[in-house]
Amino acid sequence: MDERPASRRSSKRWRRSARDVVQPTLFFVLLLVVWELAVRVFRIPVYLLPAPSVIWAETTRIAAAVGGHTLATLQTIVIGFLVSIAVSLPLAIVITYSRLFANAVYPVLVLTQSIPKVALAPILVVALGANELPRVVVTFLVAFFPLVISIAAGLMSVPPDLLELGRSYKATRWQELARIRIPYAVPFIFSGLKVAITLSVVGAVVGEFVAANRGLGYLITSSTAFFKTPVAFGAMILLSIMGIVLFQALVIVERVFFPWSATAAEANPSP
Amino acid sequence: MIELRHVEQVFRPLDGDEVVALRDVSLTVKRDEFVAIVGPSGCGKSTLLRLIAGLLRPTSGEVTIDGAAVREPRQDTGIVFQHPTLLPWATVTDNVLFPLQLMRQVRPDSIAVVYELLKLVGLAGFERRYPRELSGGMQQRTAICRALIHDPDVLLMDEPFGALDALTREEMSLELLRIWTAQPKTILFVTHSISEAVLLADRVVVMSPRPGRIVEEIDVPLPRPRSFDLQALHEFQDCAQHIRRLIFGRATGVAT
Repeated sequence: MDERPASRRSSKRWRRSARDVVQPTLFFVLLLVVWELAVRVFRIPVYLLPAPSVIWAETTRIAAAVGGHTLATLQTIVIGFLVSIAVSLPLAIVITYSRLFANAVYPVLVLTQSIPKVALAPILVVALGANELPRVVVTFLVAFFPLVISIAAGLMSVPPDLLELGRSYKATRWQELARIRIPYAVPFIFSGLKVAITLSVVGAVVGEFVAANRGLGYLITSSTAFFKTPVAFGAMILLSIMGIVLFQALVIVERVFFPWSATAAEANPSP
Repeated sequence: MIELRHVEQVFRPLDGDEVVALRDVSLTVKRDEFVAIVGPSGCGKSTLLRLIAGLLRPTSGEVTIDGAAVREPRQDTGIVFQHPTLLPWATVTDNVLFPLQLMRQVRPDSIAVVYELLKLVGLAGFERRYPRELSGGMQQRTAICRALIHDPDVLLMDEPFGALDALTREEMSLELLRIWTAQPKTILFVTHSISEAVLLADRVVVMSPRPGRIVEEIDVPLPRPRSFDLQALHEFQDCAQHIRRLIFGRATGVAT
């Protein structure tokens, strides 16, 4: 038990988190300055490596269009991510309860992972048409596998004592799942969700590379085709910001709604 | 009344030979009696408890409570495991309520019962805490409250204080006796500790391993209420020494 008064503890925590923010920020700004100076001093052509200032200027110049592309990509990511959750959760539950099903399905799951998604994307476009659907499917295929694995791992790693406790009060299968297994798996589910959201960004961009007329992936392919490298860089940076924001959103959801899970993950970083 | 008649329990692992965990075990436990089961590791103590809990079915023989065969977990038994096995996502109150929720027996006054039990074990004021905020002893107290929440007639305890430090353990033993006096129940208490068994129980059942069977049942000739002062009495010493001999054989204390 921590005996220190809460106020001192929180001020210390605040100072530490401030340091955690300030130091990387300063280093990042330093990197930008070095980049800017290097491009100017060595006169690197803008189509090879644009300076940060140029990237900013060129991207904000078409801000409205970039905003539309960002929303399009965000939509693909979120739909693909939600589909991944909707498929992974029941799949993981069935895998947990049926060894027969697990044996039958596992090799197929691994097979879907061994297929390079970049190779699959054009085939999906032919099969499903040049619309949102193939992009969502690619996003889903990239993101769902680690989610299934971590949810199933969480459901299966419930301590036998806890299951026996349930049995000794005649818990039904449904009660065991809803009141013991799923809550226990929450930290595992969140670590899977964090991987899945990051992969969803990758999946959406792969989908847009192959067939799209909007989205940040499309913006990158179309602007590089005309050597508008600064815009491509801008789109790339927006994609990584989007990835970070979505990831952090999950971290916050976990902390707010499942505080025991967040602390469990801190104590044991790889559940 | 709990009765075991010629109970045999054989485990057949998928790989390897079958293991006889219990052989020809017969035991009668009277209502509101406090019986301790001692024996070395692997003597089937926990198996015996799980049979009475209805978590296992005997390979042969019969387990009955009040004349009815135990085929599945009954609502009139409560279990305390060696580890608290609390739900990490639930408060102390919700953990204690958990059995009632599973059995769909939560009533409007259930919360009041929870608070009363927590008060009984000295956890008043910790109702809204989470297990991770409690010490090991407090967690195990919560687990004991959970086992008592549906007011069972039979309390099965599988080395409940085995994971606690020596001081907390002594404290908890006296607390258990206090609870048992306040709410009389039939208690079966599995332990590794001979002195704990003698201090707590009306009767100590000594078991031997491979295959697990009952060696002897010893009535503890100590008055109640009990306290640690009794350890100084020669009746206590004799009783403990007798059990020690049964477990370790005559060689104890004699150079061979």
